[in-house]
Amino acid sequence: MNDETKKSDLPIDVPVDLSVNIAGLEMKNPVMVASGTFGYGSEYAEQMDIDRLGAIVVKGICMDAWDGNKPSRMVEVPGGLVNAIGLQGPGVAGFDEKYMPFLRQHDVPVIVNIWGRSLEEYGEVAAAFEDVEGVSGLELNISCPNVKEGGIAFGTNPTMTADVVAHVRKNTTLPLIVKLSPNVPNIAEFAKIAEAEGSDALSLINTLPAMVIDVETRKPVLSNVIGGLSGSAIHPVAVKLVWEAAKAVKIPVIGMGGIMRAEDAIEFMIAGAAAVAVGTANFIDPVASLNVIDGIAAYMKRHGMSSVSELTGSLEL
Amino acid sequence: MKTEKTKIVEHSHLVGDYRLLVLDAPEISAQAVPGQFVHVRIPQLEESALRRPFSLYKAENSTISILYKVVGRGTAALATAAEGSELDVMGPFGNGFPIPGSEVTPLLVAGGYGVAPLYLMATRCLKKGVLFVGGATAEDILCIDEFEKLGWDVRVATMDGTLGSQGLVTDVLDEWLTENSARNDYSPAGHEIFACGPDGMLKALGDRAIAGEFKGWLSLDKHMGCGVGACLACVQKLQNVGGDEYWGRVCKDGPVFESREIVWESSE
Ligand SMILES: Cc1cc2nc3c(=O)[nH]c(=O)nc-3n(C[C@H](O)[C@H](O)[C@H](O)COP(=O)(O)OP(=O)(O)OC[C@H]3O[C@@H](n4cnc5c(N)ncnc54)[C@H](O)[C@@H]3O)c2cc1C
Ligand SMILES: Cc1cc2nc3c(=O)[nH]c(=O)nc-3n(C[C@H](O)[C@H](O)[C@H](O)COP(=O)(O)O)c2cc1C
Ligand code: FES
Repeated sequence: MNDETKKSDLPIDVPVDLSVNIAGLEMKNPVMVASGTFGYGSEYAEQMDIDRLGAIVVKGICMDAWDGNKPSRMVEVPGGLVNAIGLQGPGVAGFDEKYMPFLRQHDVPVIVNIWGRSLEEYGEVAAAFEDVEGVSGLELNISCPNVKEGGIAFGTNPTMTADVVAHVRKNTTLPLIVKLSPNVPNIAEFAKIAEAEGSDALSLINTLPAMVIDVETRKPVLSNVIGGLSGSAIHPVAVKLVWEAAKAVKIPVIGMGGIMRAEDAIEFMIAGAAAVAVGTANFIDPVASLNVIDGIAAYMKRHGMSSVSELTGSLEL
Repeated sequence: MKTEKTKIVEHSHLVGDYRLLVLDAPEISAQAVPGQFVHVRIPQLEESALRRPFSLYKAENSTISILYKVVGRGTAALATAAEGSELDVMGPFGNGFPIPGSEVTPLLVAGGYGVAPLYLMATRCLKKGVLFVGGATAEDILCIDEFEKLGWDVRVATMDGTLGSQGLVTDVLDEWLTENSARNDYSPAGHEIFACGPDGMLKALGDRAIAGEFKGWLSLDKHMGCGVGACLACVQKLQNVGGDEYWGRVCKDGPVFESREIVWESSE
């Protein structure tokens, strides 16, 4: 084979199209950063170019400022960490005042992760964001294991899930992403409920309920006793759940859970995710999300794909 | 960008469980403020392991030094890192110690590896002061000769009396405070405490600073996740001047806080 034929055999080096549209939200690429692992964006702006991200999902916010749990709030375990931050946050007004001015200066969609202690509060928070300029979408957190009221209680009961999604839908015109709990026997059921009640997209998984004990003192390491497991350890669990959820619905699914490198993200997309979110990996390597973007582009070139959407649901069974 | 691929130029055993790590890190070295820390990725740990924070002990000639104690699996793994190999380091992070004016006598108080940030502090102080250093045993008293070389007055206390006087570092500090408050020219504004060590020691120092009406700058040690203020793992209860309590992030708002800001919880 001479040089001429060799060249023409290779896929032509055309720029790959990484852009996706999730729930009406135009994103430069399918890689977002997961709620609670990227603060409010500004914390990482010195470490990396945040404008390269598909979207930033900020830390969970409820109506008023919330203290969260007492320390100790985080402990490392094999393959990841268990956290019980407890949704500490500045409240809607505090967020708007303190963090939105910075985010508005940036060319990156901002998705706000919201939560409430009651159905009414979920609705109130959603409605309050109608008036906050610069917010591109809401991610409804019904899956946090670290608060006594609200959170996971809404995400593990089908009736409550239906009620909260319907109620929030009535209170917002923004694209609505429902973040599902992995802690249910049948994810497809919850995915369908969220879709039926007006969710524009789904995201999963949130952390898995977990516990760590100090054997010397026989006390739980986290002050909240239990927490949520994240990181590499949960990745295969998340891939399975994303696969099941994506099969069950027509709306786009955002896959997350233990993405450390591009291959992990690609796995989610093959399983059916239209976009992904990088979480715990941000703590370990602040440019992990950017490496995932570059890695997806390289993979597409290698496989002769021109649009990233070709990856979604490309699983061969 | 604050992540630097550094090279290990020296990695040696000091004494007991303590080790010295010198890195070629021109960017971090140039920005270093005493009391700041670096967040180190330990290559010998698995991919998903969190970084570990370490204070800047020295910052000179494009290098930074870290003085660390092997206490768990992260530091044990770090101890196997070879000279010449690469280390991924983020920083310098956090608010360091404020450098006092030349009219203030700095009182540096260290417990164990807490001496590390105080050495960098001593090199930057306008006026030489006193180092009070404490530990369980003689092995825990590190680099005092270096402080002496800088012309600092060094006072040591060990719990077992193997070096310096027997007892707590606060005992030797109390002697100094008593001696000095008896002087005619004594003024509480004439000295400030700069401290790093275990919480119990820091709280005891904070109590003295508040009672004696002088400043006490305390560097806290909390388990960290991100190191940049994003995860909210490293929080400490603080209060503002109005007395409102809130969680401060040790990594971003600290690690150094003034005694009056800190609200110590009974469990600590
Ligand atoms: C700002 C700052 C500066 C520092 N500077 C230095 C320095 O200059 N030199 C130095 O030697 N060290 C320093 N440290 C401490 C150092 O970061 C730790 O010793 C190190 O991270 C321990 O890692 P490891 O994996 O070896 O220990 P680990 O395995 O993490 O465990 C260390 C100990 O902490 C306990 N522990 C683990 N997780 C938790 C948790 N979530 N809550 C409570 N306890 C827990 C373990 O049981 C064990 O006893 C500093 C810390 C901070 C925050
Ligand atoms: C420290 C920490 C804080 C988190 N906070 C939130 C939160 O406020 N709201 C939320 O919906 N998910 C939160 N999560 C869950 C993540 O968004 C993500 O779903 C989960 O960590 C799985 O991804 P990962 O394995 O890549 O981290 C948090 C996770 C961590 C580790
Ligand atoms: S370590 Fe993440 S906020 Fe301090």
